[in-house]
Amino acid sequence: MGNVLVLAEHRQGALRDVSFEMLAVAPGVAEGMGGEVVVLLLGSSLDDMAKKMTEYGHKVMVLDDPAFENFNGEKYQMALSAIIDDLKPAVLMTGHTAQGVDFMPALAVEKKLPLVSDVVELNYEGDVLKATRQLYSGKVNAVVAFKPADTYLVTFREGAVEAPEASAAGEVEKMDSPLKEDVPYRKFVEYIEAEVGDVDITQSEILVAIGRGLKEDKNLPEIEALAETIKADLAGSRAATDAGWIPHDRQVGTSGKAVKPKLYIALGISGAFQHLAGMKGAKTIVAVNKDPEAPIFTVADYAIVDDMFKVLPKLTEKLKELK
Amino acid sequence: MKTFVCIKYVPDTSEAEVKLNPDGLTVDDSRFSFDINDADNYAVEESVLIKEAQGGEVTVLSIGPKKSEVMIRMAMAKGCDKATRIEDDRMADYDPLMVAKVLAGGIKGQEFDLVLTGCMANDDWHMTTGVALAEELGVKHASMVNKVELLDGKVKVHRELEGGLLEVVEVELPAVLTIQTGINEPRYAPIRGIRQAQKKELNVVSLDDIGVDPASVNADASQVVLEKLYIPEMESTAEFIEGEPEEKAEKLAAILHKGGLV
Ligand SMILES: Cc1cc2nc3c(=O)[nH]c(=O)nc-3n(C[C@H](O)[C@H](O)[C@H](O)COP(=O)(O)OP(=O)(O)OC[C@H]3O[C@@H](n4cnc5c(N)ncnc54)[C@H](O)[C@@H]3O)c2cc1C
Ligand SMILES: Cc1cc2nc3c(=O)[nH]c(=O)nc-3n(C[C@H](O)[C@H](O)[C@H](O)COP(=O)(O)OP(=O)(O)OC[C@H]3O[C@@H](n4cnc5c(N)ncnc54)[C@H](O)[C@@H]3O)c2cc1C
Repeated sequence: MGNVLVLAEHRQGALRDVSFEMLAVAPGVAEGMGGEVVVLLLGSSLDDMAKKMTEYGHKVMVLDDPAFENFNGEKYQMALSAIIDDLKPAVLMTGHTAQGVDFMPALAVEKKLPLVSDVVELNYEGDVLKATRQLYSGKVNAVVAFKPADTYLVTFREGAVEAPEASAAGEVEKMDSPLKEDVPYRKFVEYIEAEVGDVDITQSEILVAIGRGLKEDKNLPEIEALAETIKADLAGSRAATDAGWIPHDRQVGTSGKAVKPKLYIALGISGAFQHLAGMKGAKTIVAVNKDPEAPIFTVADYAIVDDMFKVLPKLTEKLKELK
Repeated sequence: MKTFVCIKYVPDTSEAEVKLNPDGLTVDDSRFSFDINDADNYAVEESVLIKEAQGGEVTVLSIGPKKSEVMIRMAMAKGCDKATRIEDDRMADYDPLMVAKVLAGGIKGQEFDLVLTGCMANDDWHMTTGVALAEELGVKHASMVNKVELLDGKVKVHRELEGGLLEVVEVELPAVLTIQTGINEPRYAPIRGIRQAQKKELNVVSLDDIGVDPASVNADASQVVLEKLYIPEMESTAEFIEGEPEEKAEKLAAILHKGGLV
């Protein structure tokens, strides 16, 4: 029938941004396929979230079952498998998130359906569904075409598009839960909140952020000298926290913190999308990177293409002078 | 504990200019340096840590060219016991679901408690292979794992979610875990290990050897087609500061100062 089923993602009682963002993409695809957008919500105590999701003019199907209180990849796979059989959607879209990547590949294998992951653009052209995704640190784009199949599976990157404005009201339809009681599901134990450290970088006015370009921790004092001069806090990419150069709670990006300082100085950071997602809200962005093609430059206001260690000493010295 | 660890040989493109081949479907990788995928390096370390704590055996599994044996030997130098390298040009070249099927072929028929993969390959970014592999093997899984604790017959893991929130779950063994970077501190291979690794078993196999029907994993079997690759235009509105390094530094300092940014 050509319907595009969008799985709305939520966590700890709140809808995730990607749920809305997918609604910017799904209608065009559904129209091309001669179907409609249908939003799907799996969870427990969903009334408020269901109401919120109806504000975009699409039907919202709700599967409300206490067994879905916390995310569980296995239960999601089982429920979606049954829902695909039942609703026969042309497309099932979820976020390319810690939730989506935990069950969509298994669902694809189980149902023998094609999956394209981490999609940033989705189009239906001349009877073919085509997905655009990135490779090689974002330096190459790939267009992947689906061969004809009953249902196309897509995981869509969070932050790739902007969410649409709320429009007309849609209706809510309740579904029965297809879960079987007797299956030994993966067991949810608890959530552990992210560590809080001595400095809350989400509140910092100025951040000096380092990446793998630092190379070794013996180069840290040069960075600290700059930070001290301009009263900045230190932050960094995942590569910098994984290497132990800075504490984990200083990591900027999707799996770290979203920061919005008035000045963000990125040193030796390539600008992977997971990093950009956490810092593009900074007011002014300075990037120093020796690779002129580094994606970090797409969000920078001031850019220096050079070896940071040739630039840093003079930069710190000059800033000291100007104080 | 019998563990398989799947590792991929990937190009480092973080500092390199990327060019396409004239076919528009492949990347000219002749000038890249290749090494183990970032997350897989952590998976190797985790597998060795588990072996050191629990005893057992770790088998490296990799699909890749002859030159990737340097990486495979390095994993064995760090403590993995043996390895299988799969090479076969009949498999589809752009579908993680086919890669998962081939990896499953390299494991099926052997005993295992754990399979560790990386959560994402740094070149192709699918985040798909490990979870698909679990389904191919018919076992449980957990993705984006940054802590592993072995319990009796099951494993307690921390899954890393957006914003750094951790989801603690218990999964029954055998299971596939997709390992996130930062879970441990990968060791350097000791000299002695490097010497020993040369003598460890490294089997090179084809699809036929592992009982995978080429027709089930080739381009026809794949339900997706790579239509084209292109280099996206870099849209930057940044002011690029020019000059010798010290001049650039001075100009930037002046801009920051004048703009009241510092
Ligand atoms: C699920 C998931 C979540 C993730 N979450 C995050 C996240 O929250 N935050 C995050 O940052 N990453 C995250 N990542 C990792 C992300 O994909 C990248 O691997 C990471 O951001 C790379 O860090 P980097 O830019 O420091 O290193 P690289 O990508 O290796 O880049 C290093 C850069 O330094 C430059 N350089 C090297 N030497 C010099 C020099 N002397 N002078 C100037 N420049 C130099 C190079 O040109 C290069 O551009 C996540 C990944 C996954 C799979
Ligand atoms: C133009 C192009 C041509 C390609 N041609 C080929 C080809 O001819 N042959 C080929 O094998 N691949 C080829 N690839 C790569 C292949 O498409 C991907 O490896 C596959 O889709 C899996 O996705 P991923 O690497 O993003 O892994 P993800 O889904 O991100 O999963 C990552 C994890 O899966 C495991 N894994 C992935 N690949 C391997 C591997 N090869 N060996 C062991 N473990 C692995 C690792 O544990 C890794 O950490 C090509 C890619 C492109 C862009």
